[in-house]
Amino acid sequence: MFMFLEAVSAALSAIRAHSFRSFLTALGIIIGVASVIAVVSIVQGLSYTVNAQFQGLGSNSLTVRSFTPFRAALQGRLAKLTEDDLHVIEHRIDGISHITPILFDPQGRASQVGYRAQSTFTQVFGVGASWIDVQGLYPQSGRYFSRSDDDSRRMVCLVGVDVVENLELPDPPEGQFIRLGSEWCRVVGVMEERGDLLGFSQDDYVLMPYPSMQRFIGGAQEYDIRIQMLVDDITRLDEVKERIRRVLRQEHGLTAGQADDFRVQTPEQLASGFNAIIGTITAVSGGIVGISLLVGGIGIMNIMLVSVTERTREIGILKALGAKRGDILLQFLIEAILICMLGGILGIAIGFGIGALVSAILPGFPPAHVPLWAVSLSFGFCMAVGVVFGIIPAAKAANLDPIDSLRYE
Amino acid sequence: MADVISLRGIHRTYVMGDQELHALDGVDLTIGSNEYVAIIGPSGSGKSTLMNLIGCLDKPTRGSYHLDGLDVGNMNDSELANVRNRKIGFIFQSFNLLPRASALRNVMQPLVYRGVPAGERKERAAEALGHVGLGDRMGHLPNQLSGGQRQRVAVARALVGDPAILLADEPTGNLDSQTTREILGLFDELYADGQTIIMVTHEPEIADHCARVVRMIDGRIADDVRQERKGAA
Repeated sequence: MFMFLEAVSAALSAIRAHSFRSFLTALGIIIGVASVIAVVSIVQGLSYTVNAQFQGLGSNSLTVRSFTPFRAALQGRLAKLTEDDLHVIEHRIDGISHITPILFDPQGRASQVGYRAQSTFTQVFGVGASWIDVQGLYPQSGRYFSRSDDDSRRMVCLVGVDVVENLELPDPPEGQFIRLGSEWCRVVGVMEERGDLLGFSQDDYVLMPYPSMQRFIGGAQEYDIRIQMLVDDITRLDEVKERIRRVLRQEHGLTAGQADDFRVQTPEQLASGFNAIIGTITAVSGGIVGISLLVGGIGIMNIMLVSVTERTREIGILKALGAKRGDILLQFLIEAILICMLGGILGIAIGFGIGALVSAILPGFPPAHVPLWAVSLSFGFCMAVGVVFGIIPAAKAANLDPIDSLRYE
Repeated sequence: MADVISLRGIHRTYVMGDQELHALDGVDLTIGSNEYVAIIGPSGSGKSTLMNLIGCLDKPTRGSYHLDGLDVGNMNDSELANVRNRKIGFIFQSFNLLPRASALRNVMQPLVYRGVPAGERKERAAEALGHVGLGDRMGHLPNQLSGGQRQRVAVARALVGDPAILLADEPTGNLDSQTTREILGLFDELYADGQTIIMVTHEPEIADHCARVVRMIDGRIADDVRQERKGAA
């Protein structure tokens, strides 16, 4: 321990004596670590926010939607979830507190809406009375749909704050009529703001009562719906999920060999696709950083070898004064490791700065988030680079012959 | 007088290509405590090789070497480093101070390898520097000191560990005559205090200063005489 501390102090004074050179030596490491921390902090910031959004859906929520296998799609047999499925789930499965159908416009995701001279495209969908409870999202002004809206398939709607803005609706917008295709629809409320996600607004939509939406898109045909629900007891989530699966298989008349033509998903599963992408980006950036740390390490080895040659005489003196092979080895090895560690610390700081800057400058980007594992991993990697690439120069220094090195000019 | 150095039948052979070079060819030498010995000889006579062997920087090809009672001839590198640290104080022609370290740190350095804690190290180094008259220059870097001062730092560094022998290799070779006298005066004082001093030199006047002169020729001791010291204070 004593020799270790002495070696640290000797290494520090050597680094200080050549501070600019040490900085240049560590530059490869600094850049490598800074880039990984910047990329990871931005990507993790995204992931953090997105996951928070999915969690906002309620971790005890379930989403059922139709699923058409690729083969069946080619044959034109599209799977469908219907209102019957909704009723079956509602009546035969207990442990569900809220359940709502969601009906999108089957023609396309965006519909044209207008108010006076303004018009814009937005997403229109029909939802049941429980939608606000399932989503945990409530009107910020006005009212939600009433039973009588449902019963009489009244053309009323709730709008997101972006729609209010885009259509330049007067304040308050309640009571105004907006054009929905060829129909008129009365605004009864404005939904609370959700903010941006990945630069996309989450407040650009129009909600209608489910029956009204059916009427709007033409009631003759049965459309594919999505069903969303909240489960009372989160510990029973998997059990409920399995029962829904069984009931729907029965309802759809699927035999034992046939695959499900629907999917029951938890928010985690919805998030998992996104997380897979995040994971890939992180892994790729990790690989790039691995390469740049390798290059940085070779740079360090190069400079350390030069430094050993340059300090040959000094090493000879130390040996004459009684330094053992191990003392010299330790001193030079620790010098390499310290350079890498200081480079790593600097890199982490710079990377964090870049990440914070990027997410601050780019609109709609969530704040950077540096996970502890990225910091400790890059730091550990730096030390490993120091050990791996410091050992050869250090061994060279330790094995110098004292007589020759004392004579070295 | 106890023997500090005892060399018996020392050979040191270098292999250069297919030729063998006998730098030392059967050297027997005994040096007692508190002797003041000059090793002289023309270049190529083997005096530097002998010096390196005595200083435990090199190992004999053949023969036995006992230093202060230790059988140094059969030690490994790490044990030799330990002996250098504890038994030998080196003084070189070109001073060989650590360029980036202050005078104080230079003198402290040997104690590092002995495991002396920093506080005590500083105390002893300061004391040694005071002893050579550099108590007011402790914080200076070697390049801020004159040649004579640098050699004094080197002497302080050699003495700080209380070595059995002081081994000086042309200690005045880079100094002017005034400074040479000063350094030799310092050596005389140390000798008077009981220090064993071995000095390699090619200058007869310097050798005259010593109480015993060992002359090397062709890897052997040509003659070994005790003499009346001249010029001593």
